This record gives sequence, C-alpha cells and structure tokens, in this order.
Amino acid sequence: MSAAITFATARRVLGQLRRDPRTIALLVVVPALLMVILRWVLTNQRHNFDHIGAPVLGVFPLVVMFVVASVATLRERRTGTLERLLTMPLHKLDLLLGYAIAFGVVAVVQVGVSTALALGPLGLRVAGSGWLVFGIGVLDALLGMALGLLLSAFANSEFQAVQFMPAVVFPQLLICGLLTPRNQMDAVLHGISDVLPMTYAVDAMQRVTTSSAFGAAMAVDMIVVAAVAVAALALGAATLRRRTA
Amino acid sequence: MTKSGDAVRIEGLRVVRGGREILHGIDATVAAGSITGLLGPSGSGKTTLLRCLVGVQIVAGGRVEVLGRPAGDPGLRTRVGYVTQSPSVYVDLTVTENLRYFAAVLGAAASDVDRVVGQVGLRQRADDLVGSLSGGQRARVSLATALLGQPELLVLDEPTVGLDPLLRRDLWELFTSLAADGTTILVSSHVMDEAQHCQRLLLLRDGSVLAQGSPDELRERAGVDDLEEVFVRLIEASAATVEA
Repeated sequence: MSAAITFATARRVLGQLRRDPRTIALLVVVPALLMVILRWVLTNQRHNFDHIGAPVLGVFPLVVMFVVASVATLRERRTGTLERLLTMPLHKLDLLLGYAIAFGVVAVVQVGVSTALALGPLGLRVAGSGWLVFGIGVLDALLGMALGLLLSAFANSEFQAVQFMPAVVFPQLLICGLLTPRNQMDAVLHGISDVLPMTYAVDAMQRVTTSSAFGAAMAVDMIVVAAVAVAALALGAATLRRRTA
Repeated sequence: MTKSGDAVRIEGLRVVRGGREILHGIDATVAAGSITGLLGPSGSGKTTLLRCLVGVQIVAGGRVEVLGRPAGDPGLRTRVGYVTQSPSVYVDLTVTENLRYFAAVLGAAASDVDRVVGQVGLRQRADDLVGSLSGGQRARVSLATALLGQPELLVLDEPTVGLDPLLRRDLWELFTSLAADGTTILVSSHVMDEAQHCQRLLLLRDGSVLAQGSPDELRERAGVDDLEEVFVRLIEASAATVEA
C-alpha cells in the first residue's frame, strides 16, 4: 500500500467531482432539503421532530453516500480504467481508501450543512453536543459510503447497483429502531437488527438526543459503525479481482 | 532485460471462458526490442491473448513468461505498458490530469507527463477535458498513459483503429523509434497492411497460432507477396492439413 497513491486517487476522484457540480449540489442539498421537509411535516409536533431529527440526520447522508459509492467502482470497471489500474502498482486498498477519503471530504460538507441547518434555523433540540451530532453524522455517511463501495464490486450494471439501495438499506431502515423501539420488536427481528450496522448508527444518534453524557454505550455504537465501515472497505478490496474471465 | 532473447514466452496457453475454450494451447515468443504484430480477424482471441500477458486474464492452463517473470507478477507492473482496445481514461478529467494521476500510480516523474503528451502529439489539447476529444484523440491519451515511466514492454490492443492515415503513420513512426530505443512492442491489429511495419508477425485464427515469423518468412512460406493473400493461403493450407 502507498499513501502517495491513495492520496493521488482521492485527489483524482475529487477532481472528477469538481467537474460535476450537479452531483455535488445534490449531495449537499438533498439531505438538507429532506430535513426541512421533515421539520415542515412535523410543524405541530415539535417533540417528535426533536425525537427523530438526529437519527434522521444520520440516515439521510448514509443513504445518499451509499447510492453514490455503489456506482463508483462499477464506473471504473465499465470504462476500463479499473483494469488498467490493476495492471499498475496500485494496491486494491489504495483505490478504495482513495475513494473513501474523497467521499469523506464530501461527507463532512454534506453533514456539516444539514446539521447546522437542523440545529440552527430548524431548531432541533438535542441533549448532547451539536459537534457530537456532526461527528456521528459523518461516521454514518462513511458507513454508507463503505457499504456502497463494497456492493459496487458485485454490480454488473447500473440497474443492479441502484437496486442494492432498497435491498440493503431499506430493511435496515425498517428494523434499526427508527420506526419503533427495538425492544418492542419481535425477538427474531431484534436479533437481526443486533448485527446490522445501521442499528448502531441510529442508536448513537438517539443517545445524543436524550443524554448529554458521552457514555460507554455511545462509544460502542461509534466503534461498531467505524469498524463495519473499515471492514467493508477491506472486504471491498478483497473482492476486487486483478484477474477476471 | 537484454536486447537479445525473448521478452515474452508463451507455452501451451489455454483460456476457457463461459465453458468454451477461447485459446487452444498457444505457443509463441516475442523477441525483445522488436515490433511484433499480432494479427487475426475479430474474434480470433487477440485481446484475450494480450490480457494474459498483462496478467488480468484467468488462464486455464499453460505458461506465460514476461520479461523473465510469470505474467501478472507484481514486479512487472511498472515494466509493462498496456493499452486496451477502448480508451481507458477518465473522460471527466483533462489530458494532463489523467496522465498526472497515472504517473503518480506508476511512480513516474511528473516531467514524464509532458514527454508522453508530446510523443502522442496532443500538446495543443493537454488542458482539454478528455470527454471533449475525438475518439482518435482519446485513444492517444490512453496510449500516452501506457508510455509513462518508459516500460520495457508495450502491449497495444488495436491502437490505430479508427485513426486517419496520417496519424496512423505518425504512431507507427513512434512505435518504430521506441523499438529502436530497445522497447519491445506487441501490437494487435485486424488490418493486414499494418503488418508491413512489424519485424515479426503472429497470425492468430480461432484461438490458435496459424503462423509466426518475419513478414518475409511468411511471404516465402505462402509463395505470395501480398500479406493479405499470405494470410488467406496459410488458412487454406492449415485447413488442407486438417482434412488430410
């Protein structure tokens, strides 16, 4: 592995994004706009907005990043640049970490804007620190990106890549505790949700909503999210094959 | 790698794809410092053979040795330049941005970017987005990428297809001068008249080597002058042997 190649890749990906202002706008504006709509929908239910505001603040960037990342290596494969890179002295992790860094930069801007908007003008009230909301949000976005990059390796067409989102993200959304508390769910679903990463992403946001203390449970949540993101990147690198049929 | 000897040695190479054998036991060599033309009709297995050399093809059997190492060896990654048939560069970056990135990956000097841009005649378009270039220009950006770091072996898959005759001539002059400096070039084509630029030819048909040798040797064997006709005669001869 090489830091120089990783950073060159990150710079290259950001360079490509720079040429695509509409994608940047969508990445930054969509999660923020969704927060505005959520606040609007809950106009007369201030309490509910406070209750789900932070978890949703984590989920939106996760979903958006997942979709963007899931097309990334597919695009490289279809244009032949992936095959070319794999004949060069590039470690497969260099490529994925390069993407992770580039998308990480975007995630910081994306989550920064929607968090500032939610905690400021939209008046979201959380017990914990706003910085912690921001930090968890970025971590959630990185998780979405890493899962997207991993699944991207399995997609043979854009149709497949886009379908991974409802297939992978929606079930987690349903059982992560956002719709209904996990301890009120069927034991089987509860058990399944225990091993799905979005559960921890949302749990961390729920904790920062209700408590101002940074406890061990919160640390566990954040470590799990970060660990799954790293594992997904490593697995993504392992699934890229230099030799293909 | 010394100038003498073989840059590539292929023995009994077989490739199976989708249950069908694509290459049936290829035996071939590529002399170091030469331009070898890999010629054959579309679908004869040229691209598959080239992919084996750069180590991106899953092979079913046989041996491929490149610059004294097994094909795909990590030590070869800076020593072999590969140009795929369709240009594999980023359309949403400029020519220079593309080359800077690939130079960084290869560990080539930044000054190399300027050299290769000049070699493929794209100085005027260096700061243009690749997406705004014509197909032929994109192909040259892809070729420039393979020239970065001055690899000892260039594997070129139909680099001149679709280019106007003048550009084709320029590129062949470039290949000739690179070979004169000691670079080994293996270039595929389905156009027989490109064979005249090659010192050695490898004729491929239906996944088997039909003939290999210098253009003159092949002319002599077939008893005709025109290389297109040489190919036809050799095919007929091999069909006759199969029937006999």
